[in-house]
Amino acid sequence: MSFYLFLTLLLLSSGCYYLGRRRAFTVAGDHVRNLHSLPSYYGAYTALWCGLPALLVFAAWTALQPSIILELVTNALPPELRTLPPGRLDLVLNDIKNLVNGNIVSSAPDPAILAAADHYRNLQLIGNAALWIAVMSLAIAGAAHAWRAISPKLRARNRVEQVVNLFLVISSTIAIFTTVGIILSVLFESILFFGKVPISDFLLGLQWSPQTALRADQAGSSGAFGAVPLFAGTLLISGIAMLVAVPIGLMSALYLSEYATPKFRATAKPALEVLAGIPTVVYGFFAALTVAPLLRDIGTALGLQVASESALAAGLVMGIMIIPFVSSLSDDVINAVPQSMRDGSYALGATKSETIKRVLLPAALPGIVGSILLAVSRAIGETMIVVMAAGLSANLTANPLQAVTTVTVQIVTLLTGDQEFDSAKTLAAFALGMVLFVVTLILNIIALHVVRKYREQYE
Amino acid sequence: MNKPIAPAAPARDIKAIVNAGLAHRHAAERRFRLYGLVAISLGLAFVVLMFASIISKGYPAFWQTYIELPVAFDAAVIDPEGKRDPKVLENADYAALVRASLRSLFPQVEGRRDLRALYALASSSAPLQLRAAVLDNPTLIGSTQPVWVLASATVDTFVKGNIDRSLDETLRPIKDQDIAWVDKLRADDRLERRFNSILFNHGDSREPEQAGIRGALMGSFYTLLVTFLLSFPIGVATAVYLEEFAPKNRWTDLIEVNINNLAAVPSIVFGLLGLAVFINFFGLPRSAPLVGGLVLSLMTLPVIIIAGRAALTSVPPSIREAALGMGASKLQMVGHHVLPLAMPGMLTGSIIGMARALGESAPLLMIGMVAFIVDIPKGMFDPATVLPVQIYLWADLPERAFVERTSAAIMVLLAFMILMNGLAIILRKRFERRW
Amino acid sequence: MSTTPLEINTPLDGATTSSRASGNPLSSTQITDYDHRQTVGKITVDNPKMTCRGVNVYYGAKQALKNVSLDIGANEVIAFIGPSGCGKSTFLRCLNRMNDTIPGCRVAGEIRLDQEDIYDRSLDVVQLRARVGMVFQKPNPFPKSIYENVAYGPRIHGMVQNKAELDALVIASLERAGLLKEVEKRLEEPGTGLSGGQQQRLCIARAIAVNPEVILMDEPCSALDPIATAKIEELIDELRENYTIVIVTHSMQQAARVSQRTAYFHLGDLIEIGETDQIFTNPRHKLTEDYITGRFG
Repeated sequence: MSFYLFLTLLLLSSGCYYLGRRRAFTVAGDHVRNLHSLPSYYGAYTALWCGLPALLVFAAWTALQPSIILELVTNALPPELRTLPPGRLDLVLNDIKNLVNGNIVSSAPDPAILAAADHYRNLQLIGNAALWIAVMSLAIAGAAHAWRAISPKLRARNRVEQVVNLFLVISSTIAIFTTVGIILSVLFESILFFGKVPISDFLLGLQWSPQTALRADQAGSSGAFGAVPLFAGTLLISGIAMLVAVPIGLMSALYLSEYATPKFRATAKPALEVLAGIPTVVYGFFAALTVAPLLRDIGTALGLQVASESALAAGLVMGIMIIPFVSSLSDDVINAVPQSMRDGSYALGATKSETIKRVLLPAALPGIVGSILLAVSRAIGETMIVVMAAGLSANLTANPLQAVTTVTVQIVTLLTGDQEFDSAKTLAAFALGMVLFVVTLILNIIALHVVRKYREQYE
Repeated sequence: MNKPIAPAAPARDIKAIVNAGLAHRHAAERRFRLYGLVAISLGLAFVVLMFASIISKGYPAFWQTYIELPVAFDAAVIDPEGKRDPKVLENADYAALVRASLRSLFPQVEGRRDLRALYALASSSAPLQLRAAVLDNPTLIGSTQPVWVLASATVDTFVKGNIDRSLDETLRPIKDQDIAWVDKLRADDRLERRFNSILFNHGDSREPEQAGIRGALMGSFYTLLVTFLLSFPIGVATAVYLEEFAPKNRWTDLIEVNINNLAAVPSIVFGLLGLAVFINFFGLPRSAPLVGGLVLSLMTLPVIIIAGRAALTSVPPSIREAALGMGASKLQMVGHHVLPLAMPGMLTGSIIGMARALGESAPLLMIGMVAFIVDIPKGMFDPATVLPVQIYLWADLPERAFVERTSAAIMVLLAFMILMNGLAIILRKRFERRW
Repeated sequence: MSTTPLEINTPLDGATTSSRASGNPLSSTQITDYDHRQTVGKITVDNPKMTCRGVNVYYGAKQALKNVSLDIGANEVIAFIGPSGCGKSTFLRCLNRMNDTIPGCRVAGEIRLDQEDIYDRSLDVVQLRARVGMVFQKPNPFPKSIYENVAYGPRIHGMVQNKAELDALVIASLERAGLLKEVEKRLEEPGTGLSGGQQQRLCIARAIAVNPEVILMDEPCSALDPIATAKIEELIDELRENYTIVIVTHSMQQAARVSQRTAYFHLGDLIEIGETDQIFTNPRHKLTEDYITGRFG
């Protein structure tokens, strides 16, 4: 429906381009040179006048129409329905919407609801018809305005360029809006959450059991929101991951940049980077179905108790995922160390490994630290591996053979499935999200700053 | 020489001193080199191990076991009144036909429990298949036809050799009598392995043998379509603005820092944004590819912008000067010269960004794209899931047949990623230009 | 010395070409005509520290150095001069096998240090470089403290037994490099914080801390101002007492000031070698003359 309107608008607009161009030729008389701009700019000018205002109205209308109609329908409901408590009213409205969309409704519908659904449908028809008329007349009016304005003196190119410039500027602010959106969305919900659970309990509490009871008299109804076990679990798994990724990634980068022949480098480097392209859900599957059982079997053989969702399995696989991240960042950093440093060391009779250990690594240290910080931030925010391979139980332990849970696992658990939006349980996910966002943001800012300073040093 | 010279370093034989330490130093050198080689080998071994583990688990899923049943299309069951009314035909008890057919193959089976086990040999989709056949061709009624129906997942798993026959009966999902039946079917040539087209043509299902990835693939397609339509133009516009038009001031610095940071924000945080803003604030439908695409395009934007800017900076300034020198406006200079030259680089970056978006699942869990959805989505507003999330959902299911299908879905996903990255590499090679 | 001193002083077969070329000294034909010419002047010395015979260097398929033979005497300063790309730096880097670090570089011929073939398989390049130190065109102190920069060589080679010995060695080396007075109070500060001239003297201190027999200097002053240059030149003069010094330089005045012998390279050929005074006052080869009189370079 609205798709066809959009298509019509598009067609109309491209027609206007053609007309505007023709018009430009007409007003120019014999000499196209008389025109201020090229004829195609007059076409674009007309098309923009035709399409743009209509499109804006179209978008605003589509966004507003449903809520206006809903408001009208609610007001027209019989009083006994209208005065229902908000929760019940929502259900009624939901039934009406389902009826309108032709879906099956749970129970036999009330005649009042049926009437309301009819009302709704009518309003929708009226609204859509009005939308068509409004958009089309605006498009035609815009096109007519542009048509009349076309004269050799009209600075069509400048006008068109202004619009394009505006588009560029707006596009570039989307990044800012995204950040603002993230901050606002986690902040608002977190503030609501901290209204229910004190922030100190959240950040310092040692108990995490977010299951709030349905009835007040149920056992364990309190719901504890002490996030320390989650932070500890996140750190444990990230720590294991870094123990795997940093030595392997760093040594690979050193080998590739200092020892490997160009031919070996040309094949091994992309092969290693394949690891970075594999979706995390695949790592999760690998961790849960291959690595975890393997570790458990090894543990049993050694007489150790290994949980089937051990931190070790998740950490190991996460480490594998991060290897290429560490190695390619370190590779950049190591290659940024000037050759003259290596020459200076070789000229004194140092061997390659002595040069690497005593000159290259100290020189590249800030850059390497920066890349490791970026890798840590990546590990902390990683979700799928831990969701699939780490546990749900919030154990406060440093034993990698036990199951722990992480911040991201809890966010996913709290937010998947049906949930009402303002329970402490759901809001807790946003508070965790805020902690995650803030921590990774700080790590990223520090890391990016360190790496940039490091690069400037050798430029 | 008026300056006193410090005494030379104690006269020692450097040769001897250096030689004394050489063996030790060269050993350290070799050791270090070995560490490097071991590290690389470990990394590469992981790649191989992962691919091997997934392929070995997943390739059987591309085949599927079928059983040939002699089905008597009994008119008394299908159409007792003989009017061939489609409504009657549609609602007839086809399952009874399947049961009767299985009984006819194994007449010696008796007792409710054993019979139920016998009926479980065929997939629950068999009656649907018979119904479709009858509706398609009502003349079948009254005749007896050999029909190939899907075997149940357990039978399929057993036939593929994934259940160890020598295990104790209580430890395996398939019992001794089932094995005997299957062996009999095999001996009668009533078992066949065929290409598993269901995997590619069906939506999700609770029954492994009927589960497919078509729904997830279409969901991924619509989601990526939205992502591309939004992130590519906006990303290119942002890159062009920042690289060609933006004044160097605090505001543009802020935008830059922002973009770099967004590139490193955990993906799940974008999911929270999508949930709070798109679903709760704007009231867009849950589980819809539209919302998934919106979230993923916000995630992909930084990648495209960064790649786009790199592509723009690689266009030499001389070309810009030449265009401006000819009297082109700045926008004409960009549109006619700079952008076309930078386009391959931008496309390469976008394809890589799209490949990443294709593999992304965490933020989509937040916006409800994890529901169990059987229908194949037909548009951007239909509830849908995407391929990686389908993998996540299947990975949770314990049946061996689902493990197999999960691995197969992973293989399909990886194939798409390889395809996209390969395309990006070809594009880069093809249009790579040295100035 | 068992080999007969070899003096080549044949009237050059290029005499005619040089007269023709004198009309147009910049023509390319004049330059190519001098390919495969034998070196003018006496290449041997009485007490050689290093002897080089028939050295050829290739970068991939390109030949960078053609059949170069010369001796480097003990405790002398020998200067290599010539226009850019003439192979003088390449030759210098052969003397401690720094060319090994350049991929695709191949060295043929014979270079001996105290009669020992330095390209022999049995010879360890680590040991060679400890004996033949090098100072580079651009000062390249490590991003460590001044002290650590100088201590680096002795440490890796295990030349000292304890901290006191190392301290003494560092101080002595800085003293001999004429840097001690300036940095005495700030040995723990990073070496990269020094001025360019100080950095270069730090690099010299770093090289002599290992107590090498030969020091190679690749245009050590080209990145420095005149005052810093003067200091380094003074230092080279002092170091001659204990070391053999090979210096590549772009500046003819510098060669004239610091060296006893000078070798002139041209497009990979060693054209002329002799006493510095003789080379600058009475060059025997037309190309040398053209170069030192500033016709090209």
